[in-house]
Amino acid sequence: MTNKYSALELAEKIKGGEMSVLDAAEMYVPLAKENKHNAFLAVADISARVEDVQKRIDSGETLSPLAGVPIAVKDNISTVGIETSCSSKMLKGYTPVYNATVIDRLEQAGMIVIGKLNMDEFAMGGSSETGNAGAVKNPWDITRVAGGSSGGSAAAVAGGEIPLALGSDTGGSIRQPCAFCGVTGIKPTYGAVSRYGLIAYASSLDQIGIIGRDIEDCAALFEIISGYDEKDSTSAPFEFTCTNETKTPLKIGIPRNYFETGIDEDVKQSVLAAAREFEAAGAIIEDFTMPLTEYMVPAYYIIACAEASSNLSRYDGLKFGYRCENADSLAEVYRMSRSEGFGLEVKRRIMLGSFVLSSGYYDAYYKKALQTRALIKKAYNTLFKRYDMILSPVAPTAAYKIGENIDEPMKMYMGDIYTVSVNLAGLPAVALPCGFNTEGLPLGFQLIGDSFSENKLINAAMLYQNRGC
Amino acid sequence: MKWEVVMGLEVHAELSTNSKIFCGCSTEFGAEPNRAVCPVCSGMPGTLPKLNRAVVEYAVRLGMALDCEINSCSEFDRKNYFYPDLPKAYQVSQLYAPICRNGYIDIDTKRICIREIHMEEDAGKLIHSATGETKMDFNRCGVPLLEIVTQPDFRTADEVIAYLEKLREILLYLDICDCKMQEGSMRVDVNLSVSHAGAELGTRTEMKNLNSFKAIKRAIEYESARQISVLEKGGFIVQETRRWDDEQGESYGMRSKENAQDYRYFPEPDLPPIVIDDEWLRQVRDSLPELAHQKRERYIRDYGLSEGDAAILTSHSNISQLLEKIVQFSCSPRETANLITGSLMRLMNATNKLPEDLNINAEKVAVLVQKVSNGEINRNVCNDVLEAVFTHDVEPQAYIDEKGLAMVNDENVVVEAVITVLAENASAVSDYSAGKEKAFGFLMGQVMRKLGGTGNPDVVKGVLRSRL
Amino acid sequence: MEINQELISYLENLSCLTLSEEETLKLTDDLGKIINSMAKLSELDTSAQQENEFAPDNAAINPGNTFREDIILPSFPREGILKNSFANDGAMFIAPKTVE
Repeated sequence: MTNKYSALELAEKIKGGEMSVLDAAEMYVPLAKENKHNAFLAVADISARVEDVQKRIDSGETLSPLAGVPIAVKDNISTVGIETSCSSKMLKGYTPVYNATVIDRLEQAGMIVIGKLNMDEFAMGGSSETGNAGAVKNPWDITRVAGGSSGGSAAAVAGGEIPLALGSDTGGSIRQPCAFCGVTGIKPTYGAVSRYGLIAYASSLDQIGIIGRDIEDCAALFEIISGYDEKDSTSAPFEFTCTNETKTPLKIGIPRNYFETGIDEDVKQSVLAAAREFEAAGAIIEDFTMPLTEYMVPAYYIIACAEASSNLSRYDGLKFGYRCENADSLAEVYRMSRSEGFGLEVKRRIMLGSFVLSSGYYDAYYKKALQTRALIKKAYNTLFKRYDMILSPVAPTAAYKIGENIDEPMKMYMGDIYTVSVNLAGLPAVALPCGFNTEGLPLGFQLIGDSFSENKLINAAMLYQNRGC
Repeated sequence: MKWEVVMGLEVHAELSTNSKIFCGCSTEFGAEPNRAVCPVCSGMPGTLPKLNRAVVEYAVRLGMALDCEINSCSEFDRKNYFYPDLPKAYQVSQLYAPICRNGYIDIDTKRICIREIHMEEDAGKLIHSATGETKMDFNRCGVPLLEIVTQPDFRTADEVIAYLEKLREILLYLDICDCKMQEGSMRVDVNLSVSHAGAELGTRTEMKNLNSFKAIKRAIEYESARQISVLEKGGFIVQETRRWDDEQGESYGMRSKENAQDYRYFPEPDLPPIVIDDEWLRQVRDSLPELAHQKRERYIRDYGLSEGDAAILTSHSNISQLLEKIVQFSCSPRETANLITGSLMRLMNATNKLPEDLNINAEKVAVLVQKVSNGEINRNVCNDVLEAVFTHDVEPQAYIDEKGLAMVNDENVVVEAVITVLAENASAVSDYSAGKEKAFGFLMGQVMRKLGGTGNPDVVKGVLRSRL
Repeated sequence: MEINQELISYLENLSCLTLSEEETLKLTDDLGKIINSMAKLSELDTSAQQENEFAPDNAAINPGNTFREDIILPSFPREGILKNSFANDGAMFIAPKTVE
């Protein structure tokens, strides 16, 4: 298990001629095809692409520090000619005719997209169990979930089936599977990475991000995928280059109330231990009380479901994807295609979204949630005047058993308590592994920074990850 | 008790931008089905909108022309409903913060208040085949629209038509919409209710599919009569959308499913707010053309034209442009106005030339106007040369020289012609002596003919009188 | 608030879904719990907030006006537009025959 080489090491070997692009691809393609953890939904035909990239490398072209490295992407990112189903029956057989901007950037950088990764249906979930291809298995214990919704991305990296992966994070969907699978991830600032071609779940919260073996790999990939895109009106004029940042002492806030109730003891201890590691490395650690915590999950689900109900309305059986048989009327084509094409969790969220936007409830729910969101944003602004970053748990527990929570949506939703406010405020975060519990399951924590402070977060993550080196 | 009809209008104006509101596809009318379509306007998963600057600019132009408040920070919202002509199943429109509010248009009898103007995207077209299938063409999806919504300020069909004529004139003057109702580039929905004067407003219906001013007038008459008759029979009006059938001359309620919708509007998360600062407002204001009613006032005030002439001259921007170009060559505005409203309009009528196709060379017409004013040619000659310029774009000076049309002011030349004419027309001369004034006109014409039509009428008249 | 059958079928209509009996039972229960927990927000004083705090403000650096210029770009090949559709005639999408 786990990758023999980091993505950067692999790229070095390819650049040095020690390994060909084909050699690198052949290390991974068979694993993707074997698909031990049900992380892969599709494996791409890459022969032409491998040849092309090899030629360019041989001709001395400098493509990127990750040229020739295989990568796999979450199945909600549009890829020309490769089925992009969002793990939904609704989009079974849908093959995009255009590439997501991030895919174009990967190709320009000479990376090889070898396949598509399993996820919760339309990214709605925290366990990667709700997709029509079945649950992703956690490589550390295949009876447990890999987390979600980017569970396929985390499991494939943790299982050594791919050196790097793209995921997406709407309410914790990169960070939580990273914690469950013991890998590293970046959830970028809203607007740092183009969303063009990312099949929308909740547009104001969705952000494409990275899952990798270590923070250096993630940072290198972040350089490639981030940056302004004219096709995305919410894209920010932000160009990221990873540089050494040695601000001392680093001031880190710990939301004390996150550790008081509803968190497993082993998670709590390992996250606090991580904080002590920062202290040992010279950081100033200070406790504070995170405000508004009980309003975060409700505000998140109201906004996310509202947007989802609208975003998912285009799936109607007429233009792409699934169409029911034997409908008597156009209205029935719509209703039956959607009812047969969507799974229960997706229907639950569409219904919730319709509710919070419907006449008579809009003000009390949707509008109130937007105002709450603004308050949460302000609270973070205040905090970042005091701290360089906030260190917090990612999930209250380690990975749970497959099927354990599937019928209890409320319990699942409460599992997002530590992650959703980051999306509501549009902030960046990195997720890092911090040891194992007594059952041998990985645990993780996150560092949350102010908007566009990815470089600072990545430097702090390096400091932590390479402690004792 | 007398019934009062109360109406408000929603006008959709399709903007004449080159490209669509959220993508680079062409807005051209009449392309082959689904040839002016891309992943964005066909609503493919993962695509995102990018706002066309010109749409905002056109909206601000119209807002200024209608004296609206321009919202410094306006937002798009999603209007959610399922229909095959709407590929995303939501229309990007503006509800909570439209770009313009509180404007007005004055018609002869009153002021009509504009509640708001908002930007939105058009839907596609459905073609219902004989076999029962519905075919979907998305070419029109994403064509930019401005919706202009009035307060319920109308009481008669004539007011409605007067308002629409004014609005159309403004849209054409601003050059933001071609206003072709038959092609659907200007669409009018009429909200109508009836009630007793002074009482609370009645339940309203919304009428759609009104494809001409005539249809609008008929539909209003039909619907007011229908509502009054329902109420007088003790019935009540159902709030509904009704479709006008111009051939049958009646409207009918659309299926109730399409009525009373809960559209679940909410702010469009894929588009940031549109910020319009003072600098931008100033730029648009500076680029704003003078509107027809402003021009009319100026023509009357500065040019000393009659109200009637001013109205004719501002009936189309090509006509007023011609007038102003000619006046710029320091021609008399009144002489120019006479020429345009008289001879030129007659030429246009005779040749069925529409104002939009008028392309006569202003400088050449200016030469003619000057020559008339300077006494270099007389008015008859002027009309002849104008016709030659109009039909063959001739050079006026060369034409006059070649044909010898310069005005004859030399009294000796005139005297010679008069002597000859008097000798040749003895009977007319005796008629004149017998007191028949008509004979003078005849003799005058004969002299002019002798002079090839170029004589100075005043000189000819004087010489003729003295010789008789 | 109580989530009754009437509300569920209203939401089905808005959502363009037809739930099975089993799903209806499950979602009536779930939606009841979730909506009631969401009602927690009513406790929060948001009176200091603007009338509308719109979602796009979420962009940390408000990108400001990001317009396209009014320039025609080539449209997408029609075959591509129609490629993923269930039925088309080479020019248009076809919605199925309907008995209405």
